[in-house]
Amino acid sequence: MIRHASPFAPVHARSAFVGRVDPRLRIVAAVALSVLVALADRFAVLGSALAVSVLGLALSGLPWRVVLRRLLPLNAVMLLLLLVLPLTSGGTPWGRLGPLEFSWEGLWLGVAIALKGNAIVLVLLALLGSVDATTLGHALSHLRVPDKLTHLLLFTVRYLDVLHREYLRLRAAMKVRGFRPRMNRHTYRTFGYLVGMLLVRSFDRSERIAAAMKCRGFRGRFYMLDHFVFSRRDVPFGLTSLAVLLVLALMEWT
Amino acid sequence: MSEPLIRFRDVDFSYGPDRPVLCGCNFQLAAGQRVALVGPNGSGKTTLLHLVVGLLEPDAGRIEAFGQVRRSQHDFHEVRRRAGLLFQDADDQLFCPTVAEDVAFGPLNLGKPRGQIRRIVAETLDSLGLAGYEHRITYRLSGGEKRLVALAAVLAMQPDVLLLDEPASGLDERATDRLAEILAGLPQAMVVVSHDRGFLERTTAETLRLCDGRVETAA
Repeated sequence: MIRHASPFAPVHARSAFVGRVDPRLRIVAAVALSVLVALADRFAVLGSALAVSVLGLALSGLPWRVVLRRLLPLNAVMLLLLLVLPLTSGGTPWGRLGPLEFSWEGLWLGVAIALKGNAIVLVLLALLGSVDATTLGHALSHLRVPDKLTHLLLFTVRYLDVLHREYLRLRAAMKVRGFRPRMNRHTYRTFGYLVGMLLVRSFDRSERIAAAMKCRGFRGRFYMLDHFVFSRRDVPFGLTSLAVLLVLALMEWT
Repeated sequence: MSEPLIRFRDVDFSYGPDRPVLCGCNFQLAAGQRVALVGPNGSGKTTLLHLVVGLLEPDAGRIEAFGQVRRSQHDFHEVRRRAGLLFQDADDQLFCPTVAEDVAFGPLNLGKPRGQIRRIVAETLDSLGLAGYEHRITYRLSGGEKRLVALAAVLAMQPDVLLLDEPASGLDERATDRLAEILAGLPQAMVVVSHDRGFLERTTAETLRLCDGRVETAA
């Protein structure tokens, strides 16, 4: 069991219905729903998917403020698309502004993309937002995602903080000697040195880590200590997800 | 005296022609022997430890470990199981997300059954006063805790020899005391590299000095 071993996950998300479902199942459901939404064209399907994802989000117990903050950059891009697509895609015009002509087709295309984008992000947030990176890595590896990719994820999680601290130490060392970033060559060169130094140090560290792993008998294969187990709790979630997928697929392709 | 666990015979090692480190180095460690290895910065203390477990290869000379001459990487697989090296920086050693996984990493590589591994993990952590740390995230531990977990990870391999590279560096007084107490209570033969005289006095029985690429018995 690994579920209780995830201090990154928000506490309030734990008690919620989605938070206790096997992460593997959540990954499969989220990916399946995302693929379906990406392929779908009908507005009824896209709208329903968005509604389902909002519902899922409510069940996941993630705080709305966090969700809204994550949606903001996505919808900034979507707004841009909504402005540009009616101008560029051509078709039946619905309005004009001087020499510019807005088309219905472009507008609907923009709306469809915005719906798709939001539905997918919300589904991923609802189902995987409360999974910490460590559990996600393990779950992916149990789902037969190639070892190299999951190791990359796990090592990134583990050493991001170490590298960040290294960066902060270097920055502090620069600061105490009076460095203040400005728009000049000295600044560019100094940041170049900083990045270069970080790369060199990271490389050295990776060598030392590899040596430490060798010392403990590592020969290129990872073994997992923890195993996930399906429980009865996972059945309603699995069945609900399957039903939603089927209904959406039927709506789209019949 | 019985056959030493580890023996260097006239070992030369250099990091390139302008940086010789060991030169005709002779050194041995017997079962139960607790040796402090001292010497100035850059004198080759870490290098010597890395040579023991085959992370570095000597330019000349012979390294014997556990009764056999060790040359190839394959020879050193067994050495690494029986001689546990504690690195200077615990962050290099602890790379698994949780403490339990990190401690289990060595035994898993040795192919032990899972039930036994769980027992080893629990017992090792318990013996270091780390019971209940299993699911802590390794990079959120304090410096002292990291060092102890790294030691647990080494001890979980159930080694016959401990090679400790600056085990007390960066630890506060209390953490140093605790580590010294734990090390003093371990049965393994050990080589301790440190600059902390007090720490060495409490953990080791004799002192060797690395000087001009050779190991000498310190007065």
